Amino acid sequence: MPKDSGIGASSKRREDVRFLTGAGNYTDDINVHGQAYVHFLRSDIAHGRIKSVDTSAAEAMPGVVRVFTGKDFEGVGGMPCGWEVTDKHGAPMQEPPHPILAQGKVRHVGDPIAAIVADSLEQARDAAEAIDLDIEELPAVIDMKAAAQDDATLVHDDLKNNICYDWQLGETDDAKVDEVFANAAHVTTLDLVNNRLVANPMEPRVAVGEYKRGTDEYTLFTTSQNPHVIRLLMCAFVLGLPEHKVRVVAPDVGGGFGTKIFHYAEEAFCTFAAKACGRPVKWTSSRSEAFMSDAHGRDHVSKIELALDADNNFIGLRTNTYANLGAYLSTFSSSVPTWLHGTLMAGNYKTPVIQVNVKAMFTNTVPVDAYRGAGRPEATFQLERVVDKAARELGLDPIALRRQNFVTQFPYDTPVALTYDTGDYNGTMDKLEAAADLAGFAARKAESEANGKLRGLGINCYIEACGIAPSNIVGMLGARAGLYDAATVRVNATGSISVMVGAHSHGQGHETAFPQVVADMIGIDESMIEIVHGDTSKIPFGMGTYGSRSLAVCGSAMVKATEKVIEKAKKIAAHLLEASEADIELKDGQFSVAGTDKSVAWGDVTLTAYVPHNYPLEVEPGLEETAFYDPANFTFPAGAYACEVEVDPDTGQVSIEKFTAADDFGNIINPMIVDGQVHGGIGQGIGQALLENCAYDENGQLLSASYMDYAMPRADDVPFYGVDHSSQTPCTHNPLGVKGCGEAGAIGSPPAVVNAVLDALNSGGKAVDHIDMPVSPSRVWAAMNS
Amino acid sequence: MKITMTVNGKAVSGDVEGRTLLSGFLREHLSLTGTHVGCDTAQCGACLVHVNGEAVKSCNMLAAEADGADVGTIEGQANADGSLNAIQQAFQDHHGLQCGFCTPGMVMSAAALLKENPRPTEAEIRKYLEGNLCRCTGYHNIVKAIMAASGQDVSSIAAE
Ligand code: FES
Ligand code: FES
Repeated sequence: MPKDSGIGASSKRREDVRFLTGAGNYTDDINVHGQAYVHFLRSDIAHGRIKSVDTSAAEAMPGVVRVFTGKDFEGVGGMPCGWEVTDKHGAPMQEPPHPILAQGKVRHVGDPIAAIVADSLEQARDAAEAIDLDIEELPAVIDMKAAAQDDATLVHDDLKNNICYDWQLGETDDAKVDEVFANAAHVTTLDLVNNRLVANPMEPRVAVGEYKRGTDEYTLFTTSQNPHVIRLLMCAFVLGLPEHKVRVVAPDVGGGFGTKIFHYAEEAFCTFAAKACGRPVKWTSSRSEAFMSDAHGRDHVSKIELALDADNNFIGLRTNTYANLGAYLSTFSSSVPTWLHGTLMAGNYKTPVIQVNVKAMFTNTVPVDAYRGAGRPEATFQLERVVDKAARELGLDPIALRRQNFVTQFPYDTPVALTYDTGDYNGTMDKLEAAADLAGFAARKAESEANGKLRGLGINCYIEACGIAPSNIVGMLGARAGLYDAATVRVNATGSISVMVGAHSHGQGHETAFPQVVADMIGIDESMIEIVHGDTSKIPFGMGTYGSRSLAVCGSAMVKATEKVIEKAKKIAAHLLEASEADIELKDGQFSVAGTDKSVAWGDVTLTAYVPHNYPLEVEPGLEETAFYDPANFTFPAGAYACEVEVDPDTGQVSIEKFTAADDFGNIINPMIVDGQVHGGIGQGIGQALLENCAYDENGQLLSASYMDYAMPRADDVPFYGVDHSSQTPCTHNPLGVKGCGEAGAIGSPPAVVNAVLDALNSGGKAVDHIDMPVSPSRVWAAMNS
Repeated sequence: MKITMTVNGKAVSGDVEGRTLLSGFLREHLSLTGTHVGCDTAQCGACLVHVNGEAVKSCNMLAAEADGADVGTIEGQANADGSLNAIQQAFQDHHGLQCGFCTPGMVMSAAALLKENPRPTEAEIRKYLEGNLCRCTGYHNIVKAIMAASGQDVSSIAAE
């Protein structure tokens, strides 16, 4: 029986009512009295030396409040990077400055050169055209391998070979790896590209800065996944402001997918300019501007080699990757190709020897950072493509080859620094085989063929690491932040509860799912519990929402705080019931004395906490508790996906006919929301596999800078998805046994799609080893006809 | 220039520039911020409203062009007692929204579709939604919600 409330129930989302009636409160809906508007004049060339920026004519234009250039920010810090990666020789990564407005050079199309603040946006835009720029155009470096050459153009003049770091994980002894490969019965090698993407949350970024002279207080309203992180970075590293004078609010946010984690120059600018101009300053990104200023995702070029013994056991894996960081280090960019990618190269398999090599490159492109999955899709794509290719080369069933090599004993220490606490990869694959009706594939294929289409089946497995932690370990790996989270449970006198959480909801439904947990713990109705998030002045602290961490990390903090509340409430109940605290039980919102019929209701105890007349002397009045939770380990969701495609042999057109996901997310709080997260991830993964590509020409012009040129998946590009999460091995180290589900779909789906297309082509008699994403009709057609 | 129109049944007027878009007029002049702007190339549909009963991308129409028109926005969709209408309710029941940013456009688009085709097939819905982008839902539950709103049994569609 499905539950109708509490943990495990598909409670309908309470936030939906405001979104469905146009009553949401997104950042662009916020207008502050007296606000001015800023327009950023951005570079239209990829690389150039700034000779002069003459703003005098612009300053004289109607409505212009002030024009800022890089010179105005010489005294303040640049945009910081939150993760210091150490390269394989022990040296820290290269960390070139990233000013708020360009200083000295422009380094990518979209690099902001000047900011015009005016009474209206139209006036600011008009004035931008009156700015006289003298910029000497320099050759641009776009291709990562070209960037690494000795004679390459330098994005940052003093950074030789444009290398940020040359990093390694796993086996450090090259000779040992060579030996494994030399002794292998079979080696499968694959060169592949993980295409550059733009996250494209439907809400463009917005920032509104406000400054109150009377109290010397700043407020920044911003489209962020983590307002406290923005406040910390902006105050400590960029503007040098005291945190207690700065409030950061991220109200309703229209999707993030990683790209709204980062601290952006526009946020610091609006905060700074509000004081400098003596007026609130608002910036709303246009979509075209978003394409050239939101951090991009992926963009890896890799070579992967898999060694197998004569019995088809995986015995060695080696990868060499070039990772594009763009022109500057975005907030968490350095961690993505390293600790979020290299660590995942073991996948679901017990390969004993693994070596991961990553060269991270600066190029004259928009900065690249985390996008849904962040490193894990890149790892999974390489690994699952090479496993599939190995199966084809050896004439093996791709499911059987995977099963044979699955990790089956837990905990399992991988050769790439992780300890998987739990999982059941064979059990999850069993679920997939049933849910996807793989037994019926042959009949469906025959039917497709009768219609003149090729049909292929693609399988993919993935493991991901969510809720990145604990802080002491990530600190050793270079993180400049802790990765805990916090929650305050404030019980009101009449028994209703406000829970202030550090996680931020921008589509994930926290306002609905988090109360389900607290309601279950106390035995009261979900509607008595309200979630407060997104405002540094209301919540204790929080690292925000990314990396599928909210429930596993912040939810655990909420559980801990609720436990403290219950413990204190039991003391009060014991006093009221004249019983010993140890005998008090809480069930269905009633405190009772074990073995008796004496009880007192939740609401009577909470009222007593605030009207403490008949009250234990040693207990403080009030009922409010805070907990910070730092996980002991990552969580490890895993899954098996199946995609069936039809390929039109005449046009190369690929259509997704069936897509099935079997995931193990551990325990599940709200199945409806979990399904929705998987659907969304699959949609984005299919987008990457078939449609999306962020393209630059060799001069660094961004070719895909609008929805005319960047192909977003639309409703008729995708099918209904089958989603099964009945394989459940609860996480062993957090109180809810939950793992995280936000990124799985985006990690698991691209290799499944590409494997399916290759299966279709090969079963149609075309020996095609690989096609890079997006698998467009022209690429498929070319592969079929080469 | 001065314009007047009916928005959600109420007469409104305003003084706009020739270049003011209908989306801007609704959001900035009338504070009807339920109509969202997600792009600048008339591709995403977040701004979709009804003008004289037709689905229109309000970022693609000048406010002046809507002078004298009857305009419907998401703020006018709920039932008279404030409860969700059938389409809105189906979106909530079937989890047809996540971040909510595309949602007003989706609901307005769905309303226009069901007006001209009261029982659309899955394929017809997907085709009709070509001009509405959603980045969160993978469209699964949006299509399902629209089928449900048109009275179709969606219980056999995969997943929740
Ligand atoms: S804002 Fe109108 S279509 Fe995108
Ligand atoms: S619900 Fe977020 S874009 Fe559709």
